[in-house]
Amino acid sequence: MGQKFRQFIDNFGYTRIVIILFLFVLLVSAFALELQIKSLLSGILIRTGMNLLLTLAMVPSIQSGTGLNFGLPVGILCGVVGAVLSIAMNLTGGQAFFAANVIGVLLAVVAGYVYGLLLNRVKNQEMLIGTYAGFSVVSGMCMFWILAPFRSPKMIWPYGGRGLRVTVSLEDTFGGILNKFLFRPYKWIDIPWGLLGYVLIFCLFIWLFSRSKTGIAMQTVGSNPRFAEAAGISIDGMRIVGTILSTVLGAMGILVYAQSYGFLQLYTAPLYMAFPAVAAILIGGATVHKASITHVIIGTFLFQALLVVALPVTNAVLPEGNLSEVVRIIISNGIILYALTRIGGGD
Amino acid sequence: MKNAEIKTQQKRMQFMPDIKKGLIRNIVPVVFAVLCIIGACIAQARPLFLLSSVTIRMARNLLLVFSLIIPVVTGLGLNFGIVLGAMAAQIALVAVTHWEITGISGFIVTALLSVPLSIFFGWLTGRILNRAKGNEMITSMMLGFFANGLYQLLFLFVLGGIIPMVNKTIMLPSGIGIKNTVALRGLKYALDNVIKIEYDDLIIPIFTFIVIAVMALAIKFLLQTKLGQELRCVGQDMNIAEASGIDVDKMRITAVILSTILAAWGQLIHLQNIGILQTYGSHEQVGLFAVASILIGGATVTKATIGQAILGTFLFHSLFIISPMAGQKLVGEPQVGEYFRAFVAYGVIGLSLGLHAWQKQQAARNKFEE
Repeated sequence: MGQKFRQFIDNFGYTRIVIILFLFVLLVSAFALELQIKSLLSGILIRTGMNLLLTLAMVPSIQSGTGLNFGLPVGILCGVVGAVLSIAMNLTGGQAFFAANVIGVLLAVVAGYVYGLLLNRVKNQEMLIGTYAGFSVVSGMCMFWILAPFRSPKMIWPYGGRGLRVTVSLEDTFGGILNKFLFRPYKWIDIPWGLLGYVLIFCLFIWLFSRSKTGIAMQTVGSNPRFAEAAGISIDGMRIVGTILSTVLGAMGILVYAQSYGFLQLYTAPLYMAFPAVAAILIGGATVHKASITHVIIGTFLFQALLVVALPVTNAVLPEGNLSEVVRIIISNGIILYALTRIGGGD
Repeated sequence: MKNAEIKTQQKRMQFMPDIKKGLIRNIVPVVFAVLCIIGACIAQARPLFLLSSVTIRMARNLLLVFSLIIPVVTGLGLNFGIVLGAMAAQIALVAVTHWEITGISGFIVTALLSVPLSIFFGWLTGRILNRAKGNEMITSMMLGFFANGLYQLLFLFVLGGIIPMVNKTIMLPSGIGIKNTVALRGLKYALDNVIKIEYDDLIIPIFTFIVIAVMALAIKFLLQTKLGQELRCVGQDMNIAEASGIDVDKMRITAVILSTILAAWGQLIHLQNIGILQTYGSHEQVGLFAVASILIGGATVTKATIGQAILGTFLFHSLFIISPMAGQKLVGEPQVGEYFRAFVAYGVIGLSLGLHAWQKQQAARNKFEE
């Protein structure tokens, strides 16, 4: 009995158990503090939908063997450029969102290909190099945001100041376009069916892809590169496919995020955006070598639930300072650190 | 006559590859030196101003950059975890500011106090890095981020919240947590002021440079001793070191502890010159800037020397001063220059780590094919 219990815990993952216990404590204290449960639950759903695609972007990169995609900002910036261009073209509503996605995806395919070529040259060190590739692309783009010749009054400073604003409001372009679509308030919870449906379609797509011939080849490269080579699969090619997919999902993910947040964040904002996504999929039970859609959904839900509930609870307990932000830093970085110490082997 | 011509030509041909080889071997510092010179020409900066700014920044940062050398020699790569050393220094600084010990004695107390803290932090870092062999650099980077969370927890909530601490000048008005900026009035220039030369704008903190030089010699000496030999042996090949009876894990932990202590002292020298502690920001970029500096000096993941550290610190901080000025002149926007130097810092780390990984991969492939 005891051994079976231990085996169950090992399979389930310590991190997940710790997070679930912590979340449980927070929820109980939320009840005890008589916080608005309805707004908390609805908040969890919206935040989960908002972040799901960014977490999903980790799946192809893990499956193809390049590990956690710390270079996610590369994809994110493609999406941001797509959005900026669609605003510059004076599009609004669904058209703007669609155009931003099309441009973002096209850019992400190119950027993902180049990024994939880079990762193929630095095998075993993809995560480290990816982190710094992402960081340098973000700071390189900062120069672009200042110097870019955009004239749209929605994006430049109202008076004086050069370059684009730090945050661009999406209110009269595509802000909330998915959140408002099929939004249904119920007695206990508000469910954004449109947002959840949209992101779940992409989860389904990635799931179907992993069942396709290319998808299986890609996973073989990730899990057993020698066998893949013997079977005549191009290792480098499949890794590039995985990286492109991950980058494309990053681009689409940031657009979902931005429409829900209501603002497009430029300059240094994308710098650390890979870390919450990485933490989320690890909380879901993924490792550096193995990830599935279930990990994405469970992980994003747990991580976002934790953040949503922690904020009002900690504020009620300790109004001074920003305890929930500190807790977020400790949890997300702690979980990534834990996963890194469990890779084992090395080279 | 013809013979002589051929001979000179031969000589030249022998000589040319030497220059070419030297250039290729030192391509990174050469590129950055060229960048600095171009930037300085564009910015039209006064040489004396440049010289004095670079001198101060060298005094502030050299020891932090030196602290990276020992882990590189031991094969741990670039230790982004020196952030923890900086944190140890800042914890000691807050304590000493709280006790109001000033001047050089205050500085010495802080330096001593930071040692047990950094031994503890270094021991923890070393143990974690031993569990992540082959991924030390990204692990040490994530460890820095993680430790930053714990550091904020300590300074924002534990001090005054759980550990009672009453001091109006450094605590937030609520009595819980340390202020965002703590003025280090008693410690400002504590080390610099012992001996320094002032000439017009140029200030040379001679004593600080002497301390830094002593540290550099100490590192050099340490690497010659038996301990140093063992560290180097671990760095060359862990399996061989293990076979020859060296406790590899212990050596790696020792290297990280030494690095963390040096980083703590480095951060102290840095902050006594600035005179203000940004409680929640001073340590954040320490690892990034130090690593970028040593790489610009031509160091790699497996090889780093004092000379490379000095050259790199000089070039990196010259670029740091010049690029906003050049940005101002070139496009009328100093911000462009600031983003440019962030781009350079991140880019040079990515590029040189990437090149190293690529070379390693190719070497492995060549070996396989043989």
